[in-house]
Amino acid sequence: MTDLTSLGVKEIRDGVRDGSFTAREVAEGFNAAVAGAAALNAFIVTTPDHALAAADKVDAARAAGETLGTMAGVPIGMKDLFATNGVQTTAASHILEGFTPRYESTVSQKLWDAGAGMLGKLNLDQFAMGSSNETSYFGNVTSPWKKAGSNAAMSPGGSSGGSSSAVAARIAPAATGTDTGGSIRQPAAFTGICGIKPTYGRCSRWGIVAFASSLDQAGPMARSVEDCAIMLGAMAGFDPKDATSLQMDVPDWEAALNSDLRGKKVGIPREYRMEGTDQAILDSWEQGKAWLKDAGAEIVDVSLPHTKYALPAYYIVAPAEASSNLARYDGVRYGLRDLPEGVGLQDMYAATRAAGFGDEVKRRILIGTYVLSAGFYDAYYTQAQKVRALVARDFARAFEECDVILAPTTPTASFPLGSMNEDPLTMYLNDVFAVPASLAGLPAMSVPATINADGLPLGLQLVGRPFDEQGVLNAGLAIQERAGFTAKPEKWW
Amino acid sequence: MSVDKATVAKIASLARIRMDDEALERMVPELNGILQWVEQLGEVDVTGIEPMAAVIPNTLRLRDDVVDADPLTGGGKRDDVLANAPAAEHGFFGVPKVIE
Repeated sequence: MTDLTSLGVKEIRDGVRDGSFTAREVAEGFNAAVAGAAALNAFIVTTPDHALAAADKVDAARAAGETLGTMAGVPIGMKDLFATNGVQTTAASHILEGFTPRYESTVSQKLWDAGAGMLGKLNLDQFAMGSSNETSYFGNVTSPWKKAGSNAAMSPGGSSGGSSSAVAARIAPAATGTDTGGSIRQPAAFTGICGIKPTYGRCSRWGIVAFASSLDQAGPMARSVEDCAIMLGAMAGFDPKDATSLQMDVPDWEAALNSDLRGKKVGIPREYRMEGTDQAILDSWEQGKAWLKDAGAEIVDVSLPHTKYALPAYYIVAPAEASSNLARYDGVRYGLRDLPEGVGLQDMYAATRAAGFGDEVKRRILIGTYVLSAGFYDAYYTQAQKVRALVARDFARAFEECDVILAPTTPTASFPLGSMNEDPLTMYLNDVFAVPASLAGLPAMSVPATINADGLPLGLQLVGRPFDEQGVLNAGLAIQERAGFTAKPEKWW
Repeated sequence: MSVDKATVAKIASLARIRMDDEALERMVPELNGILQWVEQLGEVDVTGIEPMAAVIPNTLRLRDDVVDADPLTGGGKRDDVLANAPAAEHGFFGVPKVIE
């Protein structure tokens, strides 16, 4: 019998449906794989019983002849940014350690309703702030990949680093991620898997620990474009509990998958040809163009003139929103309280936040507080929001000339843990290609393209018009079919 | 623009994060590095551009004007709300004394 942990979402769902194996067998297989992979530190808590209970429900439903959900029998990893009823939810921060929600996030509830089960809560950068998964209070996540000839622990990317590590290591067939400025796409690229951030508003933010509310979007991370299409369909949908939720139907993305790109135009943004980008990444970009051309698309040059300013604008807007959102952690309502002997309320706030937040979180709260403070608001925040409007306008103009944009996901492949910590700015620059689509709220996906000379995966990014997840998925599928990416990390954990 | 130690101390106080001298000293060059880098936004000509308010055009909805329109976000949740409080007494959040 096939090793069930080698299967993806679609194969598991179809196999459970047609009785090739039971959902319980699948859950047991992945529970064991998770238990055997502690060295990756991908999970903060594991929930084998949740996975088994969901599987038993699916098996019983099948036995009773009921129609099974679109994710029936698929056990997944849940990024620990989603509130899960009765299961600790930390955002990888000490300040939320022990917090046990009494409610379920909309996205996770929708996945359970579709028949999925939970293997556990996945590690991440603290409050999703980071690009290497080194800011978690619960320790670094290690990528299953190794650089050829080296035993150094590699970064799985961030902030959804537990998700990318788990999916790449085949200890979960799929996982949820969230993307504020690249946190789904960059880790997907680093680990040779797929990940899509849908249009802002597609997935409800209700029950997701807030980082930067105007940017945060949930999305799936899995090993194929089809699996992402299936899982995104289960996650998306209107939710009256989120004021920014899109009130529109969710298309059947899986059914409409089509890699025939004849009549489609693929835009190549000339400003993405940046200094400091690895030659191997530029080569894979060229290869990507050839693949999409082979799929029938016409390649056109487009211009996104404000690309260079997207990242600095992001590092004003996101910290500003974070400083406001994270004001709720006050030691009063939930989470950590540090109350030194004899102090008053204000000192309790300050002591709690000092003890509870990690360095990167503090740094961003301070930046956000500064750029929103009296006298600096217009110079920083208003200016950044204007630049953001220009970044979005660039995309709108480019999409008058093309249907989808092809670009690299990251300027480099994964790097060893601990190698980029000298200066916070160096780390920020890893999201240079991912952030513009986030600022514009556009659907964007990373698909694995190739392996570099060091044996590490490289990803290609597709960015689409608002609401055109289908166009992004279809172009992703065309690349997937031609890239034939089958490399996987050798098991060392 | 750049910040000195006194300014960082002021920001930290506004953000309610206690920071000792050493932490402040460390933060000054880090914040200045980031602030100097974002200065480049000043080069961008934003004449006539409105700051972005909503990334995807959307209208704000009104919920039905009834009590508990959504039971998940409606009232009657006191025990759930207090369940994770570090100190909850008599159905209230407990805090240190704020009135002398």
